[in-house]
Amino acid sequence: MSFELAPFATLTALREALCAKHVSAAELARFYLRRIAADEANCFITLCEEQAQAQARQADAEIARNGQRDLLGLPIAHKDVFCTNGVRTTCASKMLANFVAPYDAAVVANLKAAGAITLGKTNMDEFAMGSSNETSHFGAVANPWDAKRVPGGSSGGAAAAVAAGLAPAATGTDTGGSIRQPAAFCGVSGLKPTYGRVSRFGLVAFASSLDQGGPIARSAADLRLMLRYMEGHDRRDSTSACAVATPAEGVPEALTIGIPTQYWANLNADIAAALEAAATLLERLGHRRQEITLPHTEFAIPAYYVISAAEASTNLSRYDGVRYGHRAAEPASLDDLYSRSRSEGFGAEVKRRILTGTYTLSVGYYEAYYKKAQRLRRLIRQDFLDAFQNVDLILTPATPTPAFERGQHREPTTMYKQDVFTIPASLAGLPALAVPCGFAGHLPVGMQLIGPHFAEDRLLTLAETFQRETDWHLRTP
Amino acid sequence: MDAELIDRLMRLSALSLDEQQRRALSADLQRIVALIDVMQAANTEGVAPLAHPLDGCQPLRPDEVTEIVDRERFQRGAPAVRDGLYLVPRVVE
Repeated sequence: MSFELAPFATLTALREALCAKHVSAAELARFYLRRIAADEANCFITLCEEQAQAQARQADAEIARNGQRDLLGLPIAHKDVFCTNGVRTTCASKMLANFVAPYDAAVVANLKAAGAITLGKTNMDEFAMGSSNETSHFGAVANPWDAKRVPGGSSGGAAAAVAAGLAPAATGTDTGGSIRQPAAFCGVSGLKPTYGRVSRFGLVAFASSLDQGGPIARSAADLRLMLRYMEGHDRRDSTSACAVATPAEGVPEALTIGIPTQYWANLNADIAAALEAAATLLERLGHRRQEITLPHTEFAIPAYYVISAAEASTNLSRYDGVRYGHRAAEPASLDDLYSRSRSEGFGAEVKRRILTGTYTLSVGYYEAYYKKAQRLRRLIRQDFLDAFQNVDLILTPATPTPAFERGQHREPTTMYKQDVFTIPASLAGLPALAVPCGFAGHLPVGMQLIGPHFAEDRLLTLAETFQRETDWHLRTP
Repeated sequence: MDAELIDRLMRLSALSLDEQQRRALSADLQRIVALIDVMQAANTEGVAPLAHPLDGCQPLRPDEVTEIVDRERFQRGAPAVRDGLYLVPRVVE
Protein backbone atom coordinates (compact mmCIF):
# COMPACT_ATOMS: atom_id res chain seq x y z
CA MET A 1 0.00 0.00 0.00
CA SER A 2 1.54 3.29 -1.10
CA PHE A 3 -0.74 5.49 1.00
CA GLU A 4 0.43 6.38 4.48
CA LEU A 5 -2.07 7.71 6.98
CA ALA A 6 -1.06 11.24 7.90
CA PRO A 7 -2.84 13.28 10.57
CA PHE A 8 -2.62 16.51 8.62
CA ALA A 9 -4.12 15.32 5.33
CA THR A 10 -6.82 17.48 3.80
CA LEU A 11 -10.35 16.22 3.18
CA THR A 12 -9.63 16.48 -0.53
CA ALA A 13 -6.57 14.22 -0.24
CA LEU A 14 -8.39 11.73 1.97
CA ARG A 15 -11.28 11.60 -0.47
CA GLU A 16 -8.90 10.70 -3.31
CA ALA A 17 -7.24 8.04 -1.16
CA LEU A 18 -10.64 6.54 -0.30
CA CYS A 19 -11.79 6.55 -3.93
CA ALA A 20 -8.51 4.93 -5.05
CA LYS A 21 -8.98 2.40 -2.24
CA HIS A 22 -5.56 3.23 -0.78
CA VAL A 23 -7.23 3.40 2.61
CA SER A 24 -10.58 2.28 3.97
CA ALA A 25 -13.06 4.45 5.84
CA ALA A 26 -12.74 2.08 8.80
CA GLU A 27 -8.95 2.56 8.87
CA LEU A 28 -9.39 6.33 8.67
CA ALA A 29 -11.96 6.41 11.48
CA ARG A 30 -9.79 4.19 13.68
CA PHE A 31 -6.75 6.35 13.00
CA TYR A 32 -8.44 9.59 14.11
CA LEU A 33 -10.31 7.98 17.02
CA ARG A 34 -6.97 6.75 18.38
CA ARG A 35 -5.47 10.20 18.04
CA ILE A 36 -8.44 11.74 19.82
CA ALA A 37 -8.21 9.18 22.63
CA ALA A 38 -4.57 10.23 23.17
CA ASP A 39 -5.38 13.98 23.03
CA GLU A 40 -4.22 15.94 26.05
CA ALA A 41 -5.50 19.30 24.83
CA ASN A 42 -9.16 18.56 25.80
CA CYS A 43 -10.48 19.22 22.30
CA PHE A 44 -13.44 16.85 22.60
CA ILE A 45 -16.33 16.60 25.05
CA THR A 46 -17.87 13.41 23.65
CA LEU A 47 -16.31 10.75 21.47
CA CYS A 48 -18.62 8.79 19.11
CA GLU A 49 -16.46 5.70 18.82
CA GLU A 50 -19.01 2.98 18.12
CA GLN A 51 -21.17 5.14 15.90
CA ALA A 52 -18.16 6.28 13.86
CA GLN A 53 -16.97 2.73 13.34
CA ALA A 54 -20.43 1.57 12.30
CA GLN A 55 -20.75 4.50 9.87
CA ALA A 56 -17.29 3.71 8.50
CA ARG A 57 -18.20 0.06 7.87
CA GLN A 58 -21.29 1.19 5.95
CA ALA A 59 -19.19 3.66 3.99
CA ASP A 60 -16.70 0.95 3.05
CA ALA A 61 -19.53 -1.26 1.83
CA GLU A 62 -20.83 1.61 -0.28
CA ILE A 63 -17.36 2.42 -1.63
CA ALA A 64 -17.00 -1.24 -2.61
CA ARG A 65 -20.21 -0.81 -4.65
CA ASN A 66 -18.63 2.31 -6.25
CA GLY A 67 -20.57 4.76 -4.06
CA GLN A 68 -20.02 8.34 -5.17
CA ARG A 69 -21.28 10.54 -2.33
CA ASP A 70 -18.86 13.46 -1.97
CA LEU A 71 -18.03 13.04 1.70
CA LEU A 72 -18.41 9.28 1.79
CA GLY A 73 -16.23 7.84 4.55
CA LEU A 74 -14.65 11.18 5.51
CA PRO A 75 -14.39 11.65 9.29
CA ILE A 76 -15.33 15.02 10.77
CA ALA A 77 -16.14 16.48 14.19
CA HIS A 78 -19.13 18.57 15.24
CA LYS A 79 -19.04 21.48 17.64
CA ASP A 80 -21.06 20.47 20.69
CA VAL A 81 -23.63 23.17 19.94
CA PHE A 82 -25.19 21.14 17.10
CA CYS A 83 -27.86 18.66 18.16
CA THR A 84 -27.00 15.06 17.35
CA ASN A 85 -29.70 12.42 17.54
CA GLY A 86 -28.85 9.95 20.31
CA VAL A 87 -25.47 11.55 21.16
CA ARG A 88 -25.40 14.07 24.01
CA THR A 89 -25.26 17.77 23.14
CA THR A 90 -23.89 19.75 26.07
CA CYS A 91 -23.05 23.24 24.73
CA ALA A 92 -20.16 22.85 27.21
CA SER A 93 -22.62 23.71 29.99
CA LYS A 94 -23.55 21.98 33.21
CA MET A 95 -27.11 22.91 32.21
CA LEU A 96 -27.03 20.44 29.30
CA ALA A 97 -24.38 18.03 30.61
CA ASN A 98 -26.77 15.08 30.17
CA PHE A 99 -28.95 16.38 27.35
CA VAL A 100 -29.52 13.99 24.45
CA ALA A 101 -31.31 15.60 21.52
CA PRO A 102 -34.09 13.62 19.86
CA TYR A 103 -33.06 14.84 16.39
CA ASP A 104 -30.09 15.90 14.25
CA ALA A 105 -29.35 19.56 13.46
CA ALA A 106 -29.78 20.38 9.75
CA VAL A 107 -25.99 20.75 9.41
CA VAL A 108 -25.40 17.35 11.01
CA ALA A 109 -28.07 15.68 8.87
CA ASN A 110 -26.80 17.32 5.66
CA LEU A 111 -23.20 16.24 6.24
CA LYS A 112 -24.34 12.75 7.23
CA ALA A 113 -26.42 12.52 4.05
CA ALA A 114 -23.29 13.38 2.04
CA GLY A 115 -21.53 10.42 3.68
CA ALA A 116 -19.48 12.12 6.42
CA ILE A 117 -18.66 10.20 9.59
CA THR A 118 -19.00 11.82 13.02
CA LEU A 119 -15.93 11.29 15.22
CA GLY A 120 -17.27 13.24 18.19
CA LYS A 121 -18.40 16.55 19.65
CA THR A 122 -15.84 19.27 20.22
CA ASN A 123 -15.27 21.49 23.24
CA MET A 124 -16.33 25.14 23.17
CA ASP A 125 -17.07 28.14 25.36
CA GLU A 126 -20.27 27.58 27.35
CA PHE A 127 -23.25 28.27 25.06
CA ALA A 128 -20.69 29.69 22.56
CA MET A 129 -20.13 32.73 24.79
CA GLY A 130 -16.43 33.44 24.88
CA SER A 131 -13.27 34.02 22.87
CA SER A 132 -10.88 31.62 24.58
CA ASN A 133 -12.69 28.34 25.32
CA GLU A 134 -12.02 29.05 29.01
CA THR A 135 -15.71 29.19 29.95
CA SER A 136 -16.38 25.50 29.13
CA HIS A 137 -17.87 23.47 31.98
CA PHE A 138 -15.65 20.63 30.70
CA GLY A 139 -12.42 22.57 31.09
CA ALA A 140 -10.23 24.76 28.90
CA VAL A 141 -8.65 23.61 25.63
CA ALA A 142 -4.91 23.99 25.00
CA ASN A 143 -3.66 25.61 21.81
CA PRO A 144 -1.75 22.93 19.82
CA TRP A 145 1.01 25.47 19.07
CA ASP A 146 1.58 26.35 22.71
CA ALA A 147 -0.19 24.48 25.51
CA LYS A 148 -0.12 27.53 27.84
CA ARG A 149 -2.19 29.50 25.36
CA VAL A 150 -5.86 29.46 24.42
CA PRO A 151 -7.13 28.10 21.08
CA GLY A 152 -9.58 31.00 20.83
CA GLY A 153 -13.32 30.59 21.02
CA SER A 154 -15.97 29.82 21.03
CA SER A 155 -15.23 27.02 18.50
CA GLY A 156 -11.89 26.43 20.26
CA GLY A 157 -12.11 22.64 20.44
CA ALA A 158 -12.98 22.43 16.74
CA ALA A 159 -10.08 24.64 15.60
CA ALA A 160 -7.60 22.96 17.95
CA ALA A 161 -8.74 19.50 16.83
CA VAL A 162 -8.16 20.34 13.16
CA ALA A 163 -4.81 22.00 13.95
CA ALA A 164 -3.66 19.03 16.03
CA GLY A 165 -4.63 16.49 13.36
CA LEU A 166 -7.45 14.94 15.40
CA ALA A 167 -9.93 15.51 12.56
CA PRO A 168 -9.43 16.75 9.00
CA ALA A 169 -12.37 19.16 9.33
CA ALA A 170 -14.97 20.25 11.84
CA THR A 171 -18.16 22.24 12.04
CA GLY A 172 -18.22 25.44 14.06
CA THR A 173 -20.52 28.34 14.71
CA ASP A 174 -19.77 32.04 14.55
CA THR A 175 -21.82 34.72 16.29
CA GLY A 176 -19.16 37.45 16.61
CA GLY A 177 -16.03 35.64 15.42
CA SER A 178 -16.27 32.18 16.96
CA ILE A 179 -15.05 30.40 13.80
CA ARG A 180 -12.59 32.97 12.47
CA GLN A 181 -10.77 33.88 15.68
CA PRO A 182 -10.01 30.29 16.78
CA ALA A 183 -9.07 29.37 13.19
CA ALA A 184 -6.56 32.24 13.23
CA PHE A 185 -5.21 31.32 16.69
CA CYS A 186 -4.73 27.67 15.65
CA GLY A 187 -3.34 28.24 12.14
CA VAL A 188 -6.24 26.66 10.25
CA SER A 189 -8.90 27.94 7.82
CA GLY A 190 -12.42 28.90 8.90
CA LEU A 191 -15.46 30.33 7.13
CA LYS A 192 -18.46 32.19 8.52
CA PRO A 193 -21.02 32.11 5.71
CA THR A 194 -23.57 34.83 4.94
CA TYR A 195 -26.26 34.94 7.64
CA GLY A 196 -29.00 32.56 6.55
CA ARG A 197 -26.90 30.48 4.17
CA VAL A 198 -26.56 27.60 6.63
CA SER A 199 -29.66 26.47 8.51
CA ARG A 200 -29.78 27.15 12.24
CA PHE A 201 -32.24 24.28 12.78
CA GLY A 202 -30.85 22.22 15.64
CA LEU A 203 -28.10 24.73 16.42
CA VAL A 204 -28.59 25.58 20.10
CA ALA A 205 -29.39 29.30 20.00
CA PHE A 206 -27.17 32.00 21.52
CA ALA A 207 -27.99 35.14 19.48
CA SER A 208 -30.41 34.21 16.71
CA SER A 209 -29.88 37.20 14.43
CA LEU A 210 -26.12 36.57 14.39
CA ASP A 211 -25.53 32.81 14.85
CA GLN A 212 -24.25 31.07 11.74
CA GLY A 213 -22.77 27.62 11.25
CA GLY A 214 -19.66 27.15 9.12
CA PRO A 215 -16.67 24.91 8.49
CA ILE A 216 -13.15 24.79 9.94
CA ALA A 217 -10.62 22.87 7.85
CA ARG A 218 -7.01 22.65 6.70
CA SER A 219 -7.50 24.53 3.41
CA ALA A 220 -9.87 26.88 1.62
CA ALA A 221 -10.64 24.08 -0.86
CA ASP A 222 -11.84 21.94 2.04
CA LEU A 223 -13.96 24.82 3.37
CA ARG A 224 -15.65 24.92 -0.02
CA LEU A 225 -16.30 21.17 0.07
CA MET A 226 -17.76 21.35 3.58
CA LEU A 227 -19.89 24.43 2.82
CA ARG A 228 -21.48 22.71 -0.17
CA TYR A 229 -23.00 20.16 2.21
CA MET A 230 -23.73 22.48 5.12
CA GLU A 231 -25.68 25.16 3.22
CA GLY A 232 -29.15 25.14 1.81
CA HIS A 233 -32.59 26.57 2.38
CA ASP A 234 -34.41 24.99 5.28
CA ARG A 235 -38.05 25.79 5.94
CA ARG A 236 -37.56 24.74 9.58
CA ASP A 237 -35.38 27.85 10.10
CA SER A 238 -37.49 30.95 9.48
CA THR A 239 -34.36 33.04 8.83
CA SER A 240 -32.90 30.59 6.32
CA ALA A 241 -32.12 32.43 3.10
CA CYS A 242 -34.27 31.36 0.16
CA ALA A 243 -31.67 31.63 -2.59
CA VAL A 244 -28.44 30.25 -1.21
CA ALA A 245 -27.55 28.01 -4.10
CA THR A 246 -25.87 30.86 -5.97
CA PRO A 247 -23.95 29.33 -8.87
CA ALA A 248 -20.19 29.91 -9.09
CA GLU A 249 -20.14 33.53 -10.20
CA GLY A 250 -16.96 33.36 -12.26
CA VAL A 251 -14.54 35.32 -10.14
CA PRO A 252 -12.68 37.98 -12.16
CA GLU A 253 -8.91 37.56 -12.49
CA ALA A 254 -8.19 40.97 -11.00
CA LEU A 255 -10.05 41.95 -7.86
CA THR A 256 -10.05 45.23 -6.02
CA ILE A 257 -9.25 44.51 -2.40
CA GLY A 258 -10.33 47.04 0.20
CA ILE A 259 -7.96 47.89 3.04
CA PRO A 260 -10.01 49.53 5.80
CA THR A 261 -7.96 52.17 7.57
CA GLN A 262 -9.83 51.58 10.87
CA TYR A 263 -8.59 47.98 11.01
CA TRP A 264 -5.01 48.58 9.98
CA ALA A 265 -4.21 51.37 12.46
CA ASN A 266 -2.18 50.58 15.60
CA LEU A 267 -1.73 46.93 14.72
CA ASN A 268 0.47 44.47 16.61
CA ALA A 269 3.82 44.60 14.70
CA ASP A 270 3.96 40.90 13.80
CA ILE A 271 0.37 40.89 12.58
CA ALA A 272 0.93 44.08 10.58
CA ALA A 273 4.00 42.54 8.91
CA ALA A 274 2.14 39.32 8.01
CA LEU A 275 -0.83 41.28 6.66
CA GLU A 276 1.37 43.60 4.62
CA ALA A 277 3.18 40.61 3.10
CA ALA A 278 -0.16 39.00 2.23
CA ALA A 279 -1.45 42.20 0.63
CA THR A 280 1.77 42.56 -1.36
CA LEU A 281 1.50 38.98 -2.60
CA LEU A 282 -2.10 39.55 -3.69
CA GLU A 283 -0.97 42.63 -5.61
CA ARG A 284 1.78 40.61 -7.27
CA LEU A 285 -0.94 38.17 -8.38
CA GLY A 286 -2.65 40.99 -10.25
CA HIS A 287 -5.14 42.25 -7.68
CA ARG A 288 -5.43 45.90 -6.79
CA ARG A 289 -5.51 47.31 -3.26
CA GLN A 290 -7.54 50.32 -2.32
CA GLU A 291 -7.85 52.08 1.00
CA ILE A 292 -11.40 52.31 2.28
CA THR A 293 -13.06 53.64 5.37
CA LEU A 294 -15.69 51.95 7.56
CA PRO A 295 -16.51 54.91 9.79
CA HIS A 296 -18.78 53.23 12.36
CA THR A 297 -16.31 50.44 13.24
CA GLU A 298 -15.71 51.75 16.78
CA PHE A 299 -19.37 51.19 17.64
CA ALA A 300 -19.44 47.55 16.54
CA ILE A 301 -18.33 46.01 19.86
CA PRO A 302 -20.81 47.94 22.02
CA ALA A 303 -23.67 47.35 19.57
CA TYR A 304 -22.80 43.67 19.35
CA TYR A 305 -22.76 43.17 23.11
CA VAL A 306 -26.15 44.82 23.44
CA ILE A 307 -27.80 42.84 20.64
CA SER A 308 -26.17 39.48 21.38
CA ALA A 309 -26.80 39.73 25.14
CA ALA A 310 -30.42 40.74 24.56
CA GLU A 311 -30.99 37.77 22.27
CA ALA A 312 -29.10 35.48 24.67
CA SER A 313 -31.21 36.51 27.65
CA THR A 314 -34.32 35.73 25.61
CA ASN A 315 -33.08 32.45 24.13
CA LEU A 316 -31.72 31.12 27.39
CA SER A 317 -35.00 31.70 29.22
CA ARG A 318 -36.00 28.25 27.90
CA TYR A 319 -33.75 26.59 30.50
CA ASP A 320 -36.14 26.28 33.39
CA GLY A 321 -35.35 22.91 34.95
CA VAL A 322 -38.73 21.57 33.80
CA ARG A 323 -38.57 20.23 30.25
CA TYR A 324 -34.90 19.31 29.86
CA GLY A 325 -31.51 20.22 31.26
CA HIS A 326 -30.33 20.63 34.82
CA ARG A 327 -32.95 20.62 37.61
CA ALA A 328 -32.21 21.72 41.17
CA ALA A 329 -32.82 19.11 43.86
CA GLU A 330 -35.91 19.38 46.09
CA PRO A 331 -37.25 22.74 44.96
CA ALA A 332 -39.37 24.53 47.58
CA SER A 333 -41.53 26.31 44.98
CA LEU A 334 -41.79 26.86 41.24
CA ASP A 335 -39.76 30.08 41.48
CA ASP A 336 -37.14 28.26 43.52
CA LEU A 337 -37.02 25.52 40.87
CA TYR A 338 -36.43 28.05 38.07
CA SER A 339 -33.99 30.18 39.97
CA ARG A 340 -31.83 27.45 41.49
CA SER A 341 -31.82 25.27 38.35
CA ARG A 342 -30.56 28.24 36.30
CA SER A 343 -28.10 29.47 38.92
CA GLU A 344 -26.56 26.01 39.34
CA GLY A 345 -26.64 25.17 35.62
CA PHE A 346 -25.12 28.32 34.08
CA GLY A 347 -21.52 29.48 34.45
CA ALA A 348 -20.41 33.02 35.30
CA GLU A 349 -20.05 34.33 31.73
CA VAL A 350 -23.47 33.06 30.69
CA LYS A 351 -25.02 34.74 33.75
CA ARG A 352 -23.25 38.02 32.92
CA ARG A 353 -24.67 37.99 29.42
CA ILE A 354 -28.19 37.06 30.55
CA LEU A 355 -28.18 39.91 33.08
CA THR A 356 -26.71 42.37 30.56
CA GLY A 357 -29.44 41.42 28.09
CA THR A 358 -32.13 41.66 30.73
CA TYR A 359 -30.84 45.12 31.61
CA THR A 360 -30.77 46.46 28.04
CA LEU A 361 -34.23 45.06 27.30
CA SER A 362 -35.87 46.33 30.46
CA VAL A 363 -38.25 49.25 30.72
CA GLY A 364 -36.42 52.56 30.57
CA TYR A 365 -33.32 51.14 28.87
CA TYR A 366 -34.80 49.47 25.79
CA GLU A 367 -34.71 52.58 23.59
CA ALA A 368 -31.34 53.84 24.89
CA TYR A 369 -29.58 50.52 24.43
CA TYR A 370 -31.37 47.92 22.35
CA LYS A 371 -32.93 50.21 19.73
CA LYS A 372 -29.76 52.33 19.62
CA ALA A 373 -27.70 49.21 18.95
CA GLN A 374 -30.04 48.14 16.15
CA ARG A 375 -29.77 51.58 14.55
CA LEU A 376 -25.98 51.34 14.74
CA ARG A 377 -26.21 47.89 13.23
CA ARG A 378 -27.81 49.44 10.14
CA LEU A 379 -25.08 52.08 9.92
CA ILE A 380 -22.33 49.47 10.28
CA ARG A 381 -23.93 47.36 7.55
CA GLN A 382 -24.29 50.45 5.34
CA ASP A 383 -20.56 51.18 5.74
CA PHE A 384 -19.85 47.79 4.19
CA LEU A 385 -22.46 48.14 1.44
CA ASP A 386 -20.95 51.53 0.51
CA ALA A 387 -17.44 50.04 0.50
CA PHE A 388 -18.54 47.19 -1.76
CA GLN A 389 -19.57 49.77 -4.37
CA ASN A 390 -15.85 50.27 -4.96
CA VAL A 391 -14.11 47.09 -3.87
CA ASP A 392 -14.74 43.37 -4.41
CA LEU A 393 -13.44 42.13 -1.07
CA ILE A 394 -12.04 43.52 2.16
CA LEU A 395 -8.78 42.35 3.73
CA THR A 396 -8.24 42.73 7.49
CA PRO A 397 -6.38 41.03 10.30
CA ALA A 398 -8.47 38.26 11.92
CA THR A 399 -7.36 39.06 15.48
CA PRO A 400 -5.60 41.95 17.26
CA THR A 401 -2.92 39.64 18.72
CA PRO A 402 -1.77 36.04 18.30
CA ALA A 403 -3.16 33.46 20.77
CA PHE A 404 -2.96 34.81 24.33
CA GLU A 405 -2.18 32.89 27.51
CA ARG A 406 -4.88 31.23 29.59
CA GLY A 407 -6.02 33.56 32.33
CA GLN A 408 -4.65 36.64 30.58
CA HIS A 409 -8.00 38.34 30.06
CA ARG A 410 -9.84 37.86 33.35
CA GLU A 411 -11.84 41.03 32.99
CA PRO A 412 -14.83 40.36 30.69
CA THR A 413 -14.66 43.60 28.72
CA THR A 414 -10.99 43.09 27.75
CA MET A 415 -11.99 39.64 26.50
CA TYR A 416 -14.86 41.17 24.53
CA LYS A 417 -12.42 43.46 22.72
CA GLN A 418 -10.58 40.43 21.27
CA ASP A 419 -13.31 40.17 18.61
CA VAL A 420 -12.85 43.72 17.34
CA PHE A 421 -12.07 42.63 13.76
CA THR A 422 -14.65 39.89 13.41
CA ILE A 423 -17.74 41.46 15.00
CA PRO A 424 -18.53 44.09 12.32
CA ALA A 425 -19.03 41.50 9.52
CA SER A 426 -21.23 39.48 11.89
CA LEU A 427 -23.49 42.47 12.55
CA ALA A 428 -23.72 43.07 8.81
CA GLY A 429 -24.46 39.38 8.10
CA LEU A 430 -21.56 39.22 5.65
CA PRO A 431 -19.52 36.14 4.74
CA ALA A 432 -15.96 36.23 6.05
CA LEU A 433 -13.15 33.74 6.29
CA ALA A 434 -9.86 33.49 8.14
CA VAL A 435 -6.81 31.77 6.67
CA PRO A 436 -3.23 31.55 7.99
CA CYS A 437 -0.91 34.24 6.59
CA GLY A 438 2.23 34.12 8.72
CA PHE A 439 3.65 33.74 12.20
CA ALA A 440 4.33 35.87 15.24
CA GLY A 441 7.23 33.95 16.74
CA HIS A 442 5.96 30.40 17.14
CA LEU A 443 2.27 31.39 16.91
CA PRO A 444 0.17 31.46 13.74
CA VAL A 445 -1.36 34.69 12.44
CA GLY A 446 -4.58 34.80 10.40
CA MET A 447 -5.96 37.22 7.86
CA GLN A 448 -9.64 37.85 7.31
CA LEU A 449 -11.36 38.31 3.96
CA ILE A 450 -14.86 39.83 4.06
CA GLY A 451 -17.15 39.74 1.03
CA PRO A 452 -20.57 41.03 -0.01
CA HIS A 453 -23.61 38.95 0.96
CA PHE A 454 -23.51 35.51 -0.70
CA ALA A 455 -20.05 36.13 -2.27
CA GLU A 456 -18.57 33.02 -0.61
CA ASP A 457 -17.34 31.79 -3.99
CA ARG A 458 -15.28 34.94 -4.46
CA LEU A 459 -13.83 34.70 -0.94
CA LEU A 460 -12.95 31.03 -1.33
CA THR A 461 -11.47 31.51 -4.80
CA LEU A 462 -9.11 34.21 -3.55
CA ALA A 463 -8.19 32.16 -0.46
CA GLU A 464 -7.50 29.12 -2.67
CA THR A 465 -5.25 31.24 -4.89
CA PHE A 466 -3.46 32.57 -1.80
CA GLN A 467 -2.93 29.03 -0.51
CA ARG A 468 -1.51 27.89 -3.86
CA GLU A 469 1.13 30.61 -3.51
CA THR A 470 1.90 30.20 0.21
CA ASP A 471 2.49 27.33 2.61
CA TRP A 472 1.28 28.91 5.89
CA HIS A 473 -1.74 26.58 5.94
CA LEU A 474 0.54 23.55 5.56
CA ARG A 475 2.54 24.27 8.73
CA THR A 476 1.81 21.99 11.65
CA PRO A 477 2.48 22.34 15.38
CA MET B 1 -25.85 49.64 39.24
CA ASP B 2 -27.33 49.91 42.70
CA ALA B 3 -28.42 46.93 44.78
CA GLU B 4 -32.06 47.48 43.91
CA LEU B 5 -31.39 47.29 40.17
CA ILE B 6 -29.27 44.15 40.57
CA ASP B 7 -32.11 42.57 42.56
CA ARG B 8 -34.58 43.45 39.85
CA LEU B 9 -32.37 42.03 37.08
CA MET B 10 -31.84 38.81 39.01
CA ARG B 11 -35.57 38.46 39.58
CA LEU B 12 -36.36 39.11 35.90
CA SER B 13 -33.66 36.61 34.84
CA ALA B 14 -34.69 33.98 37.42
CA LEU B 15 -31.14 33.84 38.76
CA SER B 16 -29.96 33.83 42.36
CA LEU B 17 -26.42 34.62 43.45
CA ASP B 18 -24.60 34.54 46.76
CA GLU B 19 -23.14 37.76 48.16
CA GLN B 20 -19.64 37.22 46.75
CA GLN B 21 -20.92 36.40 43.24
CA ARG B 22 -23.20 39.39 43.45
CA ARG B 23 -20.36 41.79 44.24
CA ALA B 24 -18.25 40.40 41.39
CA LEU B 25 -21.17 40.56 39.00
CA SER B 26 -22.06 44.08 39.98
CA ALA B 27 -18.51 45.24 39.21
CA ASP B 28 -18.53 43.39 35.87
CA LEU B 29 -21.88 44.86 34.87
CA GLN B 30 -20.57 48.37 35.64
CA ARG B 31 -17.71 47.77 33.18
CA ILE B 32 -20.01 46.24 30.57
CA VAL B 33 -22.39 49.19 30.81
CA ALA B 34 -19.42 51.57 30.42
CA LEU B 35 -18.42 49.61 27.31
CA ILE B 36 -21.86 49.74 25.71
CA ASP B 37 -22.39 53.38 26.67
CA VAL B 38 -19.81 54.24 23.98
CA MET B 39 -22.75 53.88 21.57
CA GLN B 40 -24.31 57.06 22.86
CA ALA B 41 -21.62 59.10 21.05
CA ALA B 42 -22.97 57.98 17.67
CA ASN B 43 -25.55 60.01 15.83
CA THR B 44 -28.35 57.63 14.84
CA GLU B 45 -31.07 60.16 14.29
CA GLY B 46 -33.49 59.10 11.57
CA VAL B 47 -31.88 55.66 11.21
CA ALA B 48 -34.31 52.75 11.28
CA PRO B 49 -33.40 49.86 13.60
CA LEU B 50 -32.07 46.76 11.79
CA ALA B 51 -33.33 43.45 13.20
CA HIS B 52 -32.27 41.09 10.40
CA PRO B 53 -28.87 41.57 8.77
CA LEU B 54 -30.28 40.95 5.29
CA ASP B 55 -33.40 43.01 6.01
CA GLY B 56 -34.96 39.68 5.15
CA CYS B 57 -38.58 38.82 4.96
CA GLN B 58 -40.13 35.92 6.80
CA PRO B 59 -41.37 33.42 4.24
CA LEU B 60 -44.86 32.07 4.79
CA ARG B 61 -45.87 28.45 4.41
CA PRO B 62 -49.26 26.82 4.00
CA ASP B 63 -51.06 26.41 7.30
CA GLU B 64 -50.83 22.64 7.35
CA VAL B 65 -49.69 20.22 10.02
CA THR B 66 -46.30 18.96 8.93
CA GLU B 67 -44.87 17.61 12.17
CA ILE B 68 -46.19 15.09 14.61
CA VAL B 69 -45.20 15.69 18.22
CA ASP B 70 -43.81 12.49 19.66
CA ARG B 71 -44.46 13.30 23.31
CA GLU B 72 -42.89 10.15 24.72
CA ARG B 73 -39.64 10.65 22.80
CA PHE B 74 -39.40 14.37 23.55
CA GLN B 75 -40.06 13.81 27.24
CA ARG B 76 -37.36 11.19 27.56
CA GLY B 77 -34.84 13.87 28.56
CA ALA B 78 -37.13 15.65 31.01
CA PRO B 79 -36.04 15.71 34.66
CA ALA B 80 -39.47 14.69 36.03
CA VAL B 81 -42.56 13.48 34.15
CA ARG B 82 -45.58 11.39 35.05
CA ASP B 83 -48.35 10.20 32.70
CA GLY B 84 -46.98 12.42 29.94
CA LEU B 85 -47.01 15.53 32.11
CA TYR B 86 -44.07 17.59 33.39
CA LEU B 87 -43.85 17.69 37.17
CA VAL B 88 -43.21 20.94 39.02
CA PRO B 89 -43.66 21.95 42.68
CA ARG B 90 -47.30 22.53 43.61
CA VAL B 91 -48.46 26.02 42.54
CA VAL B 92 -52.16 25.81 43.50
CA GLU B 93 -53.30 24.56 46.88
